Amino acid sequence: MNLTLKIWRQKDSKTKGQMVDYKVTDISEHMSFLEMMDVLNEQLVNSGDEPIAFDHDCREGICGMCSMYINGEAHGPDRGVTTCQLHMRMFKDGDTITIEPWRAKAFPVIKDLVVDRMSFERIQQAGAYISVNTSGNTQDANSLPISKHAADEAMDAATCIGCGACVATCKNSSAMLFVGAKVSQYALLPQGQVEAVDRVKNMVAQMDLEGFGNCTNTGACEIECPKGISLENIARMNREFLKASLKG
Amino acid sequence: MSVLDSKVPKGPIKDKWSNYKDHINLVNPANKRNIDVIVVGTGLAGGSAAATLAELGYNVKAFAYQDSPRRAHSIAAQGGINAAKNYQGDGDSTYRLFYDTVKGGDYRSREANVYRLAEVSANIIDQCVAQGVPFARDYGGLLDNRSFGGVLVSRTFYAKGQTGQQLLLGAYSAMNRQIARGKIEMFNRHEMLDVVLVDGKARGIITRNLITGEIERHSAHAVVIGTGGYGNVYFLSTNAMGSNATAAWKIHKKGAFFANPCYTQIHPTCIPRSGDYQSKLTLMSESLRNDGRIWVPAKIEDAKAIQQGKLKPTQIAEADRDYYLERRYPAFGNLVPRDVASRAAKERCDAGFGVNATGEAVYLDFAAAINRYGKEQAKIQGISNPSEAKVYELGQAIVEAKYGNLFQMYEKIVDENPYKTPMMIYPATHYTMGGVWVDYNLMTTVPGLYCIGEANFSDHGANRLGASALMQGLADGYFVLPYTIGDYLSDDIRTGKIPTDTPEFDEVEKAVKDKIDFFLNNDGTKSVDHFHKRLGKVMWEKVGMSRNAKGLTEAMAEIKAIREEFWKEVKVPGSGNEMNLELEKAGRVADFLELGELFAKDALVREESCGGHFREESAETDGPQKGEAKRNDKDFAFVSAWEYKGEPADAILHKEELEFNDIELKQRSYK
Repeated sequence: MNLTLKIWRQKDSKTKGQMVDYKVTDISEHMSFLEMMDVLNEQLVNSGDEPIAFDHDCREGICGMCSMYINGEAHGPDRGVTTCQLHMRMFKDGDTITIEPWRAKAFPVIKDLVVDRMSFERIQQAGAYISVNTSGNTQDANSLPISKHAADEAMDAATCIGCGACVATCKNSSAMLFVGAKVSQYALLPQGQVEAVDRVKNMVAQMDLEGFGNCTNTGACEIECPKGISLENIARMNREFLKASLKG
Repeated sequence: MSVLDSKVPKGPIKDKWSNYKDHINLVNPANKRNIDVIVVGTGLAGGSAAATLAELGYNVKAFAYQDSPRRAHSIAAQGGINAAKNYQGDGDSTYRLFYDTVKGGDYRSREANVYRLAEVSANIIDQCVAQGVPFARDYGGLLDNRSFGGVLVSRTFYAKGQTGQQLLLGAYSAMNRQIARGKIEMFNRHEMLDVVLVDGKARGIITRNLITGEIERHSAHAVVIGTGGYGNVYFLSTNAMGSNATAAWKIHKKGAFFANPCYTQIHPTCIPRSGDYQSKLTLMSESLRNDGRIWVPAKIEDAKAIQQGKLKPTQIAEADRDYYLERRYPAFGNLVPRDVASRAAKERCDAGFGVNATGEAVYLDFAAAINRYGKEQAKIQGISNPSEAKVYELGQAIVEAKYGNLFQMYEKIVDENPYKTPMMIYPATHYTMGGVWVDYNLMTTVPGLYCIGEANFSDHGANRLGASALMQGLADGYFVLPYTIGDYLSDDIRTGKIPTDTPEFDEVEKAVKDKIDFFLNNDGTKSVDHFHKRLGKVMWEKVGMSRNAKGLTEAMAEIKAIREEFWKEVKVPGSGNEMNLELEKAGRVADFLELGELFAKDALVREESCGGHFREESAETDGPQKGEAKRNDKDFAFVSAWEYKGEPADAILHKEELEFNDIELKQRSYK
């Protein structure tokens, strides 16, 4: 198939960017979206132009690196996929495809489609851990039974890949789904209880500091999340936060 | 006398590690504050090492080329992690895990290291649970296990099909705690481009800031490399796009010996290539082979018709199918180890029986499993004389519960429903057992330079068993390196900060900058990928699943020729003082073009078949094992450790003889 691509080009964080049109031809429907981008980049390199910078790594939907906003949707029109898992069979010959970086104040553009997600890192550093040193003398893993239900729910929350699609999708650029998933994983497990109060308070404070918006419960984040992280995690974080506030 | 000293402690194997730990030098907590350690790579090995060293009190500088430590490719590991917990009461023990790992590695690993790995495996599970890793549990709330290929017990711990992700997020959380405390200084989007030696000791690295292009100097008292394997030398592999061998290769060029490069794991259950644009291959967990039956058409005319799209697999009668693994290996059937399954698929496809347009695919069929589970469910639910449709429906539900996420992933990529038509699979490069040579302390042949995880060669011999990579990465990072490095650093308590304004740093930084300038000014005619793909094609065809002297000799010459052309013709657009992805790739491919040649040379020298390395000249000629791999313990029970001497072809071979005192060497038979 032949396609027209409208792609955001921006030299660096300080320079103003703009949409630029490109044409690609003979794209196979079996290609992944990123392989289509490879074809374009090979074309650009061969003609002496600078290829389009985009983040990608594992190309199997788990690293959370790829971050394209395609035709107005995070990771494009398919559901439950990252951009590397989006296939060209979702498009038709002659289509025009618009490709932008994640748009959020807390994710400044580094170059073209690459954004800076350090705000996510700082939120995790504020409390997304259990303070246990490595010793080889922690208690035996089976001395702490955890109900299968709680373990499965914690796992569902823990599958978040930290890509930022939730933020890019949200009209308020809220990070509540991302932070809610991490708070939930620990809130659901007995190991997470000891530091529960400080964790939720510190992570929420850092989230606010980074300039993410508020949650207005539209639920778009859940729909666009490549891993299907549920809105329940936001509710659980709110409960945890309220509990923590009451405890002082 | 070899220049290699493995430093394996004396004494009975089961006491070696604990005795050793009791007697090595320690650094007192106050002095640790004055010691810096660089850790390059933040996967399971690098991430766990960085966190643990920081907990101990060292000042850690950690480096990742991704925008977060959490994105290292350990994240993609699916199946699980082995540990000798014996929670299932099925007779597992440290010795059994040790034995299975040495046997699975085709008796080409170092006994003492493997025993230690088995010994600390149980601690890993305890540590990860304490961190909040949500492993799968049974209804009683205790940890669940599954079983993996090549072993007779159930010792694999898992978190759905995302075990690597959860373990890495555990190590990442431990890192975050130390980053918040200021004990780890984290350098995201930084790539190590060389190591700096001062008086023969590793004392720093030169990095490039991948956002600004700035070349930076970082010093430390010791340098730890945990940058993963070199599978991307094949261009197509299950590695991440950015996975590279640059750190490992650069330290090799500065004196670290490179061991057993020819030991590569080609994983049998990957989604086949669909066209020339293919950028990487996707693995599907080997657990699929528990229920899937592998076959190709028995008649060549059927295979041809399928390749041309004129026939569908479901139209081929049972009698006209060749379940070649069940035919050749009645005892293990579809559950033979990875290397055996991969070679058997290649053999059938080379003979013309492949089943997609490229002729490079075999079927993995779940119809029998769906039928079996369906009948079982009908009985459980008390449905007498269920219709075929009902049996199918019930069976499909069971298969979906077990492998749903994998089936979904397959359907997304291939656009075929694997419940209705057999999956197509083909082997792909997955893991490299070879790597930087290290002694028992995980130190390379350069003092103060350590190598951990997949990047070193140590524990898997010639073939790695499923669910053992995660175990080794975390064992090295959490429980081995943090002890052994102290023994070395105890001599450095009075050294003071290592300055970076010295001739040694000047010299290495200049060489790094010169190379970058060369790429940017070369003004060639071909892209980096052009060369990478050509290298990959030679590697796959002549240094792939099956190798012979003629092909390997040709490969060495061809890789050299590609390398020479690369330096003349490579084209890198853009500038050095900005984010430049083509420049990053150019440096990595330049290193692969050298490593590939040494790889072929190593394969040429090893005139035996063992594990992932199959030499066509070394196969059984008669008896029940006819055609199977023939190992040669008399002449090849050694580790090949290569010393860099300029051109890869001039590398000098040093042998570390392997001694087996606790395990008897046997032929691996899966008949």
